[in-house]
Amino acid sequence: MLDPKKLKYMKSHEWLDLQGDAGTVGISDHAQKEITDVVFIEPPKVGRKVVQGEACCVVESVKAAFDIYAPVSGEIVAVNADAVKDPALVNAEAFGKGWLFKLKAGAPAEASKLMDHAAYDEFLKAEAAHGSR
Amino acid sequence: MSTSAVLRRTALYESHKRLGGKIVDFHGWELPVQFESIIKEHEATRHRCGLFDVSHMGQVFVTGPGALAFLQKVNANDIARIGPGKAIYSHLPNQAGGVVDDVIVSCLAKDRYLVVVNAATADKDFAWFSRHAKGFDVVLENKSDYFGMIAVQGPKAAEIAAMIAPQMAALPRFGALELELYGQKSFIARTGYTGEDGFEFIVPNEIVVRVWEDLLAQGRSLGAVPCGLGARDVLRLEAGYLLYGQDLDDDISTYEANYGWVVKLDKGDFIGKDALKKQKEGGIKRKLTGIKLLERGVPRAGAPVMIDGKEAGKLCSATFSPSLQAGIGTGYLDRPDLAPGTKCNVTLHGRELPAEIVKTPFYVSPNLKKGA
Repeated sequence: MLDPKKLKYMKSHEWLDLQGDAGTVGISDHAQKEITDVVFIEPPKVGRKVVQGEACCVVESVKAAFDIYAPVSGEIVAVNADAVKDPALVNAEAFGKGWLFKLKAGAPAEASKLMDHAAYDEFLKAEAAHGSR
Repeated sequence: MSTSAVLRRTALYESHKRLGGKIVDFHGWELPVQFESIIKEHEATRHRCGLFDVSHMGQVFVTGPGALAFLQKVNANDIARIGPGKAIYSHLPNQAGGVVDDVIVSCLAKDRYLVVVNAATADKDFAWFSRHAKGFDVVLENKSDYFGMIAVQGPKAAEIAAMIAPQMAALPRFGALELELYGQKSFIARTGYTGEDGFEFIVPNEIVVRVWEDLLAQGRSLGAVPCGLGARDVLRLEAGYLLYGQDLDDDISTYEANYGWVVKLDKGDFIGKDALKKQKEGGIKRKLTGIKLLERGVPRAGAPVMIDGKEAGKLCSATFSPSLQAGIGTGYLDRPDLAPGTKCNVTLHGRELPAEIVKTPFYVSPNLKKGA
């Protein structure tokens, strides 16, 4: 499992692990709890080129479908076949075995626009406060 | 769409919050869509027991010497087939053969019946009844605000229900009983909306929390869990039950809904009989049809169903079925002749996924087959 503190995050709850230009993408533990029961993943095609913020993958629960956005621009180089086969992996280990896809980042510097763990934590707190009106 | 209306809460609202229920607006009622997980709640109901707060549903009592004659007039099913202690599923047709509501009618005594109606239609139904009760010697009472309702569903339901109402063990399927619970007049029927054996407790709001907590406390050791509307919707769709307002409404007939067995044309006169007779003889142009995806995916209500490259209709109910491990749905297709096994496509996220026409119910519980 990856260390959530070392990942970057989007407001739409994707995480990115970036080593040089090699990125791995998943959804946060918070997101998997919100979605609960992931029953289907429609992964992007390997070789597809995506731009930062582009919807490229769908995660579905019993009740709804959720678009997953590319945290940085690049080319999809792998998808998690295990998770496609057993979507419950996303719930079981959002920061590990439940990763969704890997990409080769075209412009790794784009990651600076993402939140670090502390900022994401603050963002979740603000969202919770707003949500519990 | 009513967005400004004040949301209503059932007597169990605080219990749901305490148990971690995720509350949503369901037809103007604040109810839990899930507690821990729809999949887990579905699994518990299919294999052990699920408890559901269905207090939003309505209760109308029909009393008097004319009760049976009146109910025969407003129902498509033959209410004379049930005597005291029995319940029957029925549709309330309008003159055009559309459906005002789908209901369960229980005979409590020769001249006293209880009609359980849907939440969103309770007021409409009562107005409909009142309008058509003229000339019948009956008293109508809408007691929807007085009663709460709890469904106890699953293969362990009988054992759990009997812990607080011992008479339940002997109640036959579609049996209905009037009894005192905690000193309060209550009603229990061996009915449900999940495709499993089960009971529906109709109890005054002042004791509904106590009944819920006792059922849960007693049931925990047998694996009972509180369930939300999400699991309920999946269970009922697998079992082939209709959801009024989504699969059925004033403009859809019982025959079109593929529930023709409910209509008893030979029972004498009733509202909508002529229109329904005409449909039975002349045939229907659309029929509620089940589809199953042949690839992994989750169909959604509103998704078009394509046959031979042409849209035959849209899905009105659809979900991922945990029992079948496949996407399932129902929709009104303008091809009422389609045989099970006919190939079709369902459009999802702009892609056409292969599917086939299947018989409903999608799932028949082995627990019910045993003749519970």
